[in-house]
Amino acid sequence: MRFIDSAPTDSYISAMYQKACTQGAKLETWDVIVIGGGHAGCEASAAAARVGARTILLTHRIETIGEMSCNPAIGGLGKGQLVREIDALDGIMGRAIDQAGIQFRMLNRSKGPAVRGPRAQADRKLYRQAVQSLLCDHNNLAILADSVEDLRLDSAGRVIGVRTAAGRTLACRAVVVTTGTFLRGCIHVGDAQIPAGRVGEARTVGLAYTFKRLGFRLGRLKTGTPPRLDGRTISWSGLESQPADDPPVPFSYMTDRITVPQIACHITGTTPATHDLIRENLNKSAIYSGQIQGVGPRYCPSLEDKVVRFGERERHQIFLEPEGLDDPVIYPNGISTSLPKDVQLKVLKTIPGLERAHMLQPGYAIEYDFVDPRELKPSLEARRVPGLYLAGQINGTTGYEEAAAQGLMAGANAAQAVSGSEPLILDRAEAYTGVMIDDLVTLGTQEPYRMFTSRAEYRLRLRADNADQRLTPRGMAAGLISAPRSTAFHTKMAALELGRTQLDALTMTPNALKARGVSINQDGVRRSAFEILAYSEVDFARVAQLWPELADTSGPIQAQLEIEAIYQGYMERQDADIRAFRRDVAMTIPDNLDYDDIPGLSAEVRAKLEAARPATIGSAARISGVTPAATTVLLGYVRRQAKDARRLSA
Amino acid sequence: MTAETIYALSSGRGRSGVAVIRLSGPAAWAIAGAMIGRTPEHRRIMRCDLTDPESGELLDNSLCLGFQGPGSFTGEDVVEFHVHGGLAVIAGVMGVLGRQAALRMAEPGEFTRRAFENGRMDLTGAEAIGDLIDAETDAQRRQALRQGGGALARLCEEWRDRLMAALAHWEAALDFSDEELPEDLERATHLAVMALRKEITSHLSDDGVGERLRDGLRLVIIGPPNAGKSSLLNALAARDVAIVADTVGTTRDVLEVHLDLGGYPVIVADTAGLRESEEPVEREGIRRARQRAIEADMRLAVFEATEWPAAWPAFSELLTGNCIIAVNKIDLKAPPLKSGPDGVAVHGVSARTGAGMGGLLKAIGDAAAASLQAGAMPVITRARHREALSACADALAAFEARADRLDHPEIAGEDLRISVRALARITGRVDVEDLLDVIFRDFCIGK
Repeated sequence: MRFIDSAPTDSYISAMYQKACTQGAKLETWDVIVIGGGHAGCEASAAAARVGARTILLTHRIETIGEMSCNPAIGGLGKGQLVREIDALDGIMGRAIDQAGIQFRMLNRSKGPAVRGPRAQADRKLYRQAVQSLLCDHNNLAILADSVEDLRLDSAGRVIGVRTAAGRTLACRAVVVTTGTFLRGCIHVGDAQIPAGRVGEARTVGLAYTFKRLGFRLGRLKTGTPPRLDGRTISWSGLESQPADDPPVPFSYMTDRITVPQIACHITGTTPATHDLIRENLNKSAIYSGQIQGVGPRYCPSLEDKVVRFGERERHQIFLEPEGLDDPVIYPNGISTSLPKDVQLKVLKTIPGLERAHMLQPGYAIEYDFVDPRELKPSLEARRVPGLYLAGQINGTTGYEEAAAQGLMAGANAAQAVSGSEPLILDRAEAYTGVMIDDLVTLGTQEPYRMFTSRAEYRLRLRADNADQRLTPRGMAAGLISAPRSTAFHTKMAALELGRTQLDALTMTPNALKARGVSINQDGVRRSAFEILAYSEVDFARVAQLWPELADTSGPIQAQLEIEAIYQGYMERQDADIRAFRRDVAMTIPDNLDYDDIPGLSAEVRAKLEAARPATIGSAARISGVTPAATTVLLGYVRRQAKDARRLSA
Repeated sequence: MTAETIYALSSGRGRSGVAVIRLSGPAAWAIAGAMIGRTPEHRRIMRCDLTDPESGELLDNSLCLGFQGPGSFTGEDVVEFHVHGGLAVIAGVMGVLGRQAALRMAEPGEFTRRAFENGRMDLTGAEAIGDLIDAETDAQRRQALRQGGGALARLCEEWRDRLMAALAHWEAALDFSDEELPEDLERATHLAVMALRKEITSHLSDDGVGERLRDGLRLVIIGPPNAGKSSLLNALAARDVAIVADTVGTTRDVLEVHLDLGGYPVIVADTAGLRESEEPVEREGIRRARQRAIEADMRLAVFEATEWPAAWPAFSELLTGNCIIAVNKIDLKAPPLKSGPDGVAVHGVSARTGAGMGGLLKAIGDAAAASLQAGAMPVITRARHREALSACADALAAFEARADRLDHPEIAGEDLRISVRALARITGRVDVEDLLDVIFRDFCIGK
């Protein structure tokens, strides 16, 4: 970043910005403007800057850049894979959490590597500091505390700049909007309603009107957050404890080891008394009184929802997550609620360990506007407004990781467009990020969209362990990867390739294997060391006993080769599926196709295609209600069109 | 331009009492309206003068029946003209329709295809309509109606729901392992999958009755040259289908005739006489004949009365299983008619005089009925269904083998996903949202 070298403060940045501005009017002109300093905005501005675009990040307040506004944790199942993908593209989230994680856990450790998800509790303050310091390391990046009131378009409808609340007019060639829940945000606690983006912070209204004026389809979603507690008033004794992994496994491929002290988390749970209390006061909940119209996520139900929908359960678990090493605030994960404050206080008294807990801030539900993501191209550029990119919760997603991955792609693509390069598009067979963006831009979403491993068709391939192999080369081609990571990646790949070559070259007969205690089918066919490694009872150490020359292989490379051997058979099977999928994907649908011109499509299917404007036949097939027959009709039509076009140009 | 409006003569060709001409698409009602002088009405039959809108000439005195989309067969606006089935009437109406710029002649099967595309029926329903139109026998008609009524689709839907529940529960354990899920989830899923696979397998082991009923039971006539196989085929079909001559080795290729025996479709194929031959063309014919005989559902072995029973040992490998022996030319010599090898029934016939033909036909019909009535009513009627269900069952078996050891539940999950995709090939697609619906309905997810 250009203007700062220590942890930034609001006034400091603004002063530096103004000083820079007086030195030359050119500073009013940028390649990429990023609006919003949340997880999407940070990755977007960093990615645009890495690609080489002159980038400025505009946010309400500099101090809250990198703030975790909900639970203090990064990663999890599906989400952890996203963080690894962000890291593989040299994003900041993985490195930030490695500097801030106070309880690392690898979820699904007992299950296969394809579904393992790294997760870590974060120290909120350390995380913010890490993000801000990582942003500082970026060249080409400036930060300014100001909020954007409106976008400026040229006569052709292209974005050419923004107008801010402080009266500035900045010119640019692309804008990335990452305003999260701030678009007409409204907080509900019981029957109290407070217009806000998050507690204590102003919402964004100007831009909401901009989107409406430009004709974007908007929807309304809701999400919730639990009350915050003072950990010094919780009775910890008797609560179940959940320790951190030892040793902790880092998120970033660039982190050797975690040096932040690790702590345990504690688990308590609701009681029948809690549930009775909720039932008695249900009519006071903003969600159940009809005050909230937005749709909430099914997988993150409020405490009210849990009691109503799963009435037979006697207990719902609550994870007491510390917000920091030297911070007494506790985030009780599992009891997000929009009941009035006095009821929340009574609820706490029914929960073991929390009987005397002091509530620092009540839980609340928040409603906000989002843009129908079917308005976007796979590059995350708005179809309606060239040069405008959207990322994060504004697209109807939830979660830091989902926001960050979109931010990275939007920022990179904004910068790519400025330099006249092709956008970086990841497909469903290569990244969870690709799955998510394809889902969003083709299917839209009815509830806040969260990543699950079950959303990925090629899950065995999209693993947390191989995100670098899948994506770092793509990032290099797009100019996203800095030199140290490039070097580390090439070194790792060379070692992997050497190991793989050795494993393939070393072979042994079934007889010889039997003599050494490895029982396999005595069919006389020689097996390679790689094939032996695929047997579930064989690990690398065992293979290295059979072939001592393998003993030099480093630990991480051993682990990687073990994983690849396990999935080899399924990978080969999936390759055929992926080829078929890529054939469909390769059949692109022209952006300006008039669906009314296609005979044999029902009005319903036509309306669905019209709304989503799928970029490829593969995406069209995944739209709910678009039948296989309709897909065939569409495919035939697009093929004929392409043929006609070729004939005309010949 | 919107979807095109199509028309076709929907009843059979040739002279008849009534012929039906159908229009489907956005312009159907307007064009029909111009021809009958008023607007058609939904599900109302109107008696009307059908005229050429250009010249005003009367084409026929007919009935007009309107259907407004989506409440129609195709889901589009539909009009049916019931006209007198005279050739000139049909030609006149079709000629006028052909001159309308907004109309084009439908391609074969296009009405059904539109019904399918517009979501009026699933793939098995569309197949059933084709089968119903092609049905030649009672049993084929019954089967097509059963499939059209949703027998296969319902079964697949039910399997799909159960499979989706199993997959959702399995995936829940993978995606939400840090939540409080039921402890016996994996075990319960495993049991559900076992039960499902047993059911699918039992349907698969239906001996291919449904496909054979749809395609017709294949009966192959075999025997030494000049035993009168072609004459016998002609006598069965009561019309000349094969070149019959007294020269040895006349029939070199394979000829077929479709018979309706007591409601069951039987496709009888004549084959070249089986003997040692040096002549390459005949040798190829003989090779094909043997191949067909081995693959056939039933065999009818024909021997000349003068050579019976001395000739049969040379054919003994073909005279087993579902086989009937006919000893032909009993008008020339009455042979001893004991049963053949393996207790195969022997019928004396004369293709020339027709003697014994009734008994032979009845025997073939009984054998066909026995073969096609085996077991419960089959739901699998096409190779496509069988291929998909087999792939589904195989993947379920792989899941069970993998699920027994709990080391890689994600790979077992992959097997379940493969099975769901296989089943979806029969009726339609699987949406991941369906899966998440089940997960969030059945479990309280969310810390």
